[in-house]
Amino acid sequence: MTDEKEAAESLVTDLQKKITEAFEVFDHECNKTVDVREIGTIIRSLECCPTEGELHDMIAEVEEEEPTGYIRFEKFLPMMTKALMERRYRPIPEDILLRAFEVLDEKKKGYLTREELVKYMTEEGEPFTQEEMEEMVSAAVDPEKNVVPYREYAAMMTIDDY
Amino acid sequence: MPDRIMGCGTSVKTENQTKKSEKAIKAAILIQRWYRFYTARLEMRRRYTLNIFQSIEYAEEQAQLQLSNFFTFMMDHFAHWKGQGPDLISDISNSKEGHKFIDYEKIEVPNSYGGPRITFPLTVSDTNALLRAFKQGQQLHARYVLQLFHETKKFLKQLPNIVHLSTSYSKEITICGDLHGKLDDLLLIFYKNGLPSTENHYLFNGDLVDRGKNSIEILVLLFTFLLMYPNNVHINRGNHEDPIMNLRYGFTNEVIQKYKGHARNILLLLEDIYSRLPLATIVDSKVLILHGGIGDKTDLDFLSSIDRFKYKSALRTPKTDSEKCTSRDKMLDGKNKKSSVDVGANQNRANKHMTTSSNISQNRSQQGFRSPGILEINYMDSRIQLPDKMPELPDSIRKEWKQVVDILWSDPRNQNGCTPNSFRGGGCYFGPNVTKKLLAKYNFKMLIRSHECKQEGYELCHNGKVVTIFSASNYYDEGSNRGAYLKLSPDLTPRFVPYQVSKCTRKLTLHQRVSAVEDTALRALREKIYAHRSELINAFKLCDPKETGKISISEWASAVEAVLHLDLPWRTLRPRLIKLTSDGSVDYLSSFEDLQIEQPIKEVQPNLVETIYRYKADLEIIFNIIDKDHSGLISVEEFRQTWKLFSSHLHINIDDSAIDDLAHSIDTNKDGSIDFNEFLEAFRVVQKFDSKANKRKHKV
Repeated sequence: MTDEKEAAESLVTDLQKKITEAFEVFDHECNKTVDVREIGTIIRSLECCPTEGELHDMIAEVEEEEPTGYIRFEKFLPMMTKALMERRYRPIPEDILLRAFEVLDEKKKGYLTREELVKYMTEEGEPFTQEEMEEMVSAAVDPEKNVVPYREYAAMMTIDDY
Repeated sequence: MPDRIMGCGTSVKTENQTKKSEKAIKAAILIQRWYRFYTARLEMRRRYTLNIFQSIEYAEEQAQLQLSNFFTFMMDHFAHWKGQGPDLISDISNSKEGHKFIDYEKIEVPNSYGGPRITFPLTVSDTNALLRAFKQGQQLHARYVLQLFHETKKFLKQLPNIVHLSTSYSKEITICGDLHGKLDDLLLIFYKNGLPSTENHYLFNGDLVDRGKNSIEILVLLFTFLLMYPNNVHINRGNHEDPIMNLRYGFTNEVIQKYKGHARNILLLLEDIYSRLPLATIVDSKVLILHGGIGDKTDLDFLSSIDRFKYKSALRTPKTDSEKCTSRDKMLDGKNKKSSVDVGANQNRANKHMTTSSNISQNRSQQGFRSPGILEINYMDSRIQLPDKMPELPDSIRKEWKQVVDILWSDPRNQNGCTPNSFRGGGCYFGPNVTKKLLAKYNFKMLIRSHECKQEGYELCHNGKVVTIFSASNYYDEGSNRGAYLKLSPDLTPRFVPYQVSKCTRKLTLHQRVSAVEDTALRALREKIYAHRSELINAFKLCDPKETGKISISEWASAVEAVLHLDLPWRTLRPRLIKLTSDGSVDYLSSFEDLQIEQPIKEVQPNLVETIYRYKADLEIIFNIIDKDHSGLISVEEFRQTWKLFSSHLHINIDDSAIDDLAHSIDTNKDGSIDFNEFLEAFRVVQKFDSKANKRKHKV
C-alpha cells in the first residue's frame, strides 16, 4: 500500500519535472511565465492532443482574471499535472487518423485532391490559418500528381513520433 | 402519397447529408487536431535543438578558457625541456613589441597570381575588385593582406577605447552582430542594405572571425571599408577577436592554410589589431553598443582611460606596463594554483578517472571543477578567493582586466543581480537591475549587444532596454537560425531586418528542416555523452545497486546533468537518446550501444581512448603550438612530454608506460616524428547503425 502510494507520488514528481522542463524551454524571460500564444505548443509537446476548443478551455482555466498575455507557471503546473494524470486528450493513433481521411474521401479514391484537402481544412471544423495550410500542403501533397495519398502521408507522419 | 414519399425522401436525404457533413466536420477537426499536435511537437524540437547547440558551445568556450590556463602551466614546465625555452609558446599570446615591422613591400607578387590587386590609398575600384574576387572564392595575396593590416593597425591606434558617434551626420546607422567568418551573410547584408559609404554608415559589433570559412576575407573587406570611410565604418572588438580563441575556433588554421609561410606574420599583426579595436561605441550619447554586456562594476569612464593595447588576448593575465610579469611570476602563479586552489577539485577528478569509486554527490561537487579550472576563470569568477590566488597581480590590474572581460564576455539574464557566467566560464550574467543602473548612471536609452545566437537573429530583453543582434545565419547548422542587422535612426528606435542565407533552392517542409538540424545537434550531444562514458556509467550504477541495468527516468536525467553540466531539458530529449524498457524505466547502457570511438591503434588502452577523444580539441591546439613551422609533425619526445604535462595538469591518472607505448606505436615509420593531425583525426565517434533504422516508437 505504502509502496503504491510512493510509486504514485514519484509518478507525479516525474510528470511535474517534465512539465517544468517543457515550460522552461519557452520561458524566455526566466520569470516563470510564458506567452499565452505558446502555451498550446507546450501542452501539445507533453503528449496532450486537445482540439483548439479544448485548448481554449485549458487556457481559460489558467489565465489571470485580467488577461496579461502571459501564463504563470504556478497556475499552469496543477492544471497540466491533472490533465496528464487523468490521461485526457490522448494522441490520435494512426488508424483513427486514417479513418478520418477516409471519411473525407467520399468516393473512396484512396486519395484527396489538393483542393479537397484545402477546402476541408480551411472551411470546416477549426479552420487552419493560411500559414498552417501552406505548411501542411507542402508536406502532404504529392507534387507530381497534385493529390494527397493520405495512407502514405499518415504513415509517414506518425512514424517519426516518439 | 407521392408527395409524402417525396417529402419523406427529401427529409431522409437531408438527414443523411447532415449526418454526412457532421461526420466530415468531425473528421476535419480530428485531422486538424492531429496536425496541430504534430507541428507543436516539431516546434518543441526546433527550440531544444538550439539549446543543445548553445550549451555545447558554451561548454567548449569554457574548455578554451581552461586551456589558456594550461598555457601558463606549460610555460612553467617547458623551461625544463632540453634546449627549448619558454619562448616556445610566448609567440602565440604574449608576443612582444619589436617584431613589428614587416617589410611587405619586399614580398613579390608573382605574375601568375590571378587574384585581386589593390593599391593604396584605397578606392571604390579596390573594394569592387575584392568583392568580385571573394564572391568567386579567390584569395587576396599575402603581400596585400599584410599591407592592409599594417595600415589598419596604424589607423586603429588613434581611436579611443570608446568611440562616440552621432546620427546627425547620417540618417541611419546599420549595426551588425557576430559574422563569424560567414562571408555569405556579409555579402547578403551588403546586397540588401548597400555597401558602406559616406552615406551608408555601419557598425560591426565584434566576432567577425572564427567558425566560418572566410574570416580572413571578412576582415579584408571590413578593414578596407574602414580605411576608406573612417568616419562611417566602425568596428567593436568581440570575444573572438582574441588569438587564444582563434586557436580553437578555426581562424588560426584558416590563416595557416591560406597563407602558409606568411601566416605567422599575419597572425602577429592581427594580435595587435585586435588589441587596438575599440571596446564600445556610444551613439548620440544615448545608445551603448558593445559585444557582450556589462557587469555590476562596469565603469565606462574608467574603461575610457585604460591602455587597451596590452590586451592582445583578454584570456591571459595582462602584462604590467613594464612587462615585468614574466616567467618568474608565471611560475609562482602556477605553483600557487597547484598547491592551494585545485587540490580539492582535482582530487575528485583524479579519483573519477582511476577506476571504480565515484558517486553522484562527488560528481556534484565536481561542478566545482568546471569553472574553477585552473587559473583565470577562478580569478574572474570568484571575488572572495581572489587575494589568495593571485597575490602577484596588483589590485589595479585585476580590476582593469575584469572590466575588459565583462564587456567582451557577458550575457544578460532575467534574474536581477550579477553573477559569474558559469556556462561560458568568463564574464558575467547581468540582470535587469544592473542594466537599469548603468543606463541611469550615464543617461542612456538602451544597450545593443551581440554575442549570443538567437533563433530570429535578434531578441529584446530587460524590458526592451537590451537588444541582442546576431548576424550569422545558419550559425550552428544549415537552417538552425536566422541572422539579422538593425538600423538605428536619429529617434534611436531600432528596426530589425532578419534574413537567412539559403544554399538550396528547393523549399523544404518544416519537418525536413527541423529534422536535419536536430540530427546534427543530437549527433553532437551523443558525442558529448560518449566522451563521458565511464563517468556516466559510474553515475548510473550508483542509482542501480542491484545491477539490473535499469534506473528511473529521473535518476537518469539527474545523473546525466550532474556529469555533463549542459543544463538541457533531459526529460524532453530522453526519447531521442535512450530506450525505455517495457516497465518504463531507462535501459542506461542503450545510450552507448550504437556509438563507438574509432580506434585505429590497437595498443591504446580503452580508457586512454576516451580521454584522448575528450581532450582532442585541446591536444590539437597544444600540438599546433609546439609545431612552430606548421609541418603537422612533432617529435615523439614532444608528444610524450606534452601528454604527460597535460595529464598531470588535469590530474588524469594514466600511467607513463601507456603513454610511452602509445607514442611508440603511432610513430609507424620509426623516424621519431608523429603526424599529430592524422593521429587525432583517427579518434572520432562513429555511429554504428543508421539512426533511422534504429528508431523505435515509444509511448509512455
